Amino acid sequence: MFTDLILRSPPQAGVSKDGRERNASMDCQLDIFFLEAVLNGLLLAGLLALLALGLNLIFGVIDVVWICYAELVMVGMYGIYYAHKGGAPFILAAVIGIVLVAAAGIVLHQLVIRPVLDSAPINQLLVTGGVLFFLQAAATMAFGIDFRNVGIRLGSFNAFDMSFSYSRIITFGVALAAMLLLWLFLSRSYIGIAIRAIAQDRQIMPLMGVDQRRIYMITSAIGGGLAGLAASLMVLQFDIYPQIGLQFGPLIFMICVLGGLGNMLGGFIAAFIISEFIAVGGSCFATEWGYAIAFLFFMVVIFIRPQGLFGGKS
Amino acid sequence: MLELSNIDAGYGGFQALFGVSMTVKAGEAVAVIGANGAGKTTLLRVISGLLPATAGTMTMEGVSLRATPPHKIISTGIAHVPEGRRLFPRLSVENNLKIGAFIPAARQKFAERLAFVYELFPRLKERRAQLAGTLSGGEQQMCAIARALMSGPKLVLLDEPSMGLAPVIVAQVFDLVRRIRGEGYTVLIVEQNVRQVLRIADRAYLLEVGRLKASGSAAELAASDEIRKAYMGI
Amino acid sequence: MRIPKTALIGVPILLLVPLAVRFAFPAAEKYYLHLLIQILIWSFIYTGWSLMGRFGLTSLGHGAFTGIGAYVMVLLWNYAGITPWIGIPVAIVVSIIVALLVGYPCFRLRIVGHYFALLTLALTEFVRLCIVGLRDYTGGSLGTQPRRFGDGVSLYALQFEPDRVLSYYVALALWALGLYVWWRIDRSMDRYALDAASQDEDAAASVGIDVTREKLKITAISAAMCALGGAIYAQYQMYIGPDTIAGLSVSLNIVFAVIAGGMWVMLGPTVGAVFTQVLSEVLRVTIQNSAALQKVFGSAVLALDTMIYGLLLILFIIYMPKGILGTLLERREKKQETPLVPAKAGTRS
Ligand SMILES: Nc1ncnc2c1ncn2[C@@H]1O[C@H](COP(=O)(O)OP(=O)(O)OP(=O)(O)O)[C@@H](O)[C@H]1O
Ligand SMILES: [Mg+2]
Repeated sequence: MFTDLILRSPPQAGVSKDGRERNASMDCQLDIFFLEAVLNGLLLAGLLALLALGLNLIFGVIDVVWICYAELVMVGMYGIYYAHKGGAPFILAAVIGIVLVAAAGIVLHQLVIRPVLDSAPINQLLVTGGVLFFLQAAATMAFGIDFRNVGIRLGSFNAFDMSFSYSRIITFGVALAAMLLLWLFLSRSYIGIAIRAIAQDRQIMPLMGVDQRRIYMITSAIGGGLAGLAASLMVLQFDIYPQIGLQFGPLIFMICVLGGLGNMLGGFIAAFIISEFIAVGGSCFATEWGYAIAFLFFMVVIFIRPQGLFGGKS
Repeated sequence: MLELSNIDAGYGGFQALFGVSMTVKAGEAVAVIGANGAGKTTLLRVISGLLPATAGTMTMEGVSLRATPPHKIISTGIAHVPEGRRLFPRLSVENNLKIGAFIPAARQKFAERLAFVYELFPRLKERRAQLAGTLSGGEQQMCAIARALMSGPKLVLLDEPSMGLAPVIVAQVFDLVRRIRGEGYTVLIVEQNVRQVLRIADRAYLLEVGRLKASGSAAELAASDEIRKAYMGI
Repeated sequence: MRIPKTALIGVPILLLVPLAVRFAFPAAEKYYLHLLIQILIWSFIYTGWSLMGRFGLTSLGHGAFTGIGAYVMVLLWNYAGITPWIGIPVAIVVSIIVALLVGYPCFRLRIVGHYFALLTLALTEFVRLCIVGLRDYTGGSLGTQPRRFGDGVSLYALQFEPDRVLSYYVALALWALGLYVWWRIDRSMDRYALDAASQDEDAAASVGIDVTREKLKITAISAAMCALGGAIYAQYQMYIGPDTIAGLSVSLNIVFAVIAGGMWVMLGPTVGAVFTQVLSEVLRVTIQNSAALQKVFGSAVLALDTMIYGLLLILFIIYMPKGILGTLLERREKKQETPLVPAKAGTRS
């Protein structure tokens, strides 16, 4: 799978993934394979957009970057894995995972973010970096370094000589639905509007009768919940191991910055751009080069538009 | 309705208010006047809980405000239109109003009150979908006042509603304030525009570097030579 | 130049350390020297990072520079037989070029704070991906080794790994170089310019400071030091891997060690290196000697040190953002300061 998120074939990689082998150094042609790569990139974009969404929400509202966001996803994946293994049907396991990560989001906010809310932004970013180390190591201690898989394989279908896995299509659909729901929530509900308002002017929120701490907690829970949702989709496609966060964490930050930090729609579009680079680049060259090109593209864009593709001024 | 006695407040080591005592009775319009930096804004911030008082007592209809957390003060019936309006620039006018009705008691009456403020300010109804940041200064002031009314307050705190507006618009804003009074709201207004505010207020307090220096009916203060010289340039 | 007293005492002590180690731990001489060497090399890298960090340029991209330093040198040696004496300067030049390429637009466009951190993070990731992608030469994610020259101790090949005492002196010289650079910059006009720029860029520019230029200078120096450090580390370890000398975890390790030590004082990064290296060693040894821990966690117990490390970093940033050394110095200063005015000057009348 050339749009696979797992870049490094880990030393102990035992579990083989479904999908076909393809010569990585195949030439890039405008043929059916190219189209397949484009479409698969589109499907990958759904997941990345979902991942970026939670991070953007947190940043937009609380003004803090959770560098450990991908590790929260990892925690969710383990939660789902064990819930499923313990006998819960997958849907229930997914719900457990979502609740678990939402709770983790609240804990993260209360214990780590709140004490540094008034510190320099960079300290806020780094403190969550400490959480990244902690979660990764804790997961290694608790679950070991083996690769785990929930063992649900949904298969794939073929159309016009192209193959698409169902898990990706479901991921795409769920991601879109989640984004739509979040959008409705933020634009219609009182809490949602308060969340948007607090991002624009923290200080006067008490005058509106809004308890800033409560809104921050709700936001953290939603951000965590989105990570949990992403986790429940990712366990269908990827193996679980403690370091998995490092594989896609940087990618999410890149997407968020590209879309303009805090700009959810921008992040959404950026996810599509980046995943096309990865998918198409990866199908033309080796996987890493797809990613490398995406990162290069990112840096070039930021130099042209430092506020991100879709960010406003300043 | 609102009672302050011996209120002290400040920022860090800097004390901005010294033993301020005042009352606002239901149905009154009370003005607080004073020079730049006298502590007028600070006074309103203390009342609405944005800044904690360091000494003294404050009650709103018998409820101690110092014992009420900042975000609950609005539920005692106090709405604060802050200095510089402070709308949420990237929310629509209507969403700004919706935030004004955030407290549970206000949510139920949202539709009713929305109709009321739109009637009061037809201009806002026309611009309901526009982003608040793109409104003109006068419209923004209307929106800020409307937002405060959405919570169904008894007492409205207004901090320099005429700030940064052209003279014609200033007159309109004072007209607005008068209309709000007419609707039965109690008003506590802070102004630099002493002459005009004394025309719409019943009573006034004069604040000088954090201390109350004078108080009385608006007419009395407007007639005082000292105030005419220092604040009205006559 | 007046030589400070601490240097008069410190330098001979540091030079005599291998002797002391030999006396004190005759059985474990190699181990203790190894620990010291690690500390010294990483101190140098951390000091290089802090040159930028102390002026508010929090880069997560220095893992890229250590990686470039190590890989360029090793690849030149392994595939073209070019001696590290040329390979290292080339590696340094390459990393300076990369630093300037990324730095120039960043500083021109005033990319700071979160954006700067995340952009430099992308640089790290890009370099790591390139290393992995060039697996035919770099060994991909498994890493590679510099080709051993003769018995592994050679001036020509700049290899010294088997001789720990020699390695110690190499590392010590490197470390001293780092402090010297810091000291020079601390006394230069650039430092004031950068201090001003880090506080208020507009104000700095308005008094005629070329902010972009100043930042580029410090970035180039900082990147060069990290490249040199990465290369020497490769020579000492005789192994390089994309995750041990490049990549995000190296970047984060650098930042964290510096935060733990304190980035605003000269020896802060060194204290950070001592702290983190000793901490991870102590934890490692404890774990190795504890049958109980091993029984419960198996081989995964090795992650315990990272876990505690992460936890400590969180605590440091929350409770001691100035780092160990910074906080200690501040405490001492406070004690010495005799208060001229009572703490609370009352204005109440
Ligand atoms: N956030 C703050 N931190 C420190 N001092 C402050 C702060 N806000 C106000 N002050 C000080 O408190 C004093 C009173 O300020 P305040 O804003 O209440 O004055 P004001 O009467 O509203 O003036 P103006 O008419 O200019 O709005 C001033 O000396 C001011 O410098
Ligand atoms: Mg004021």
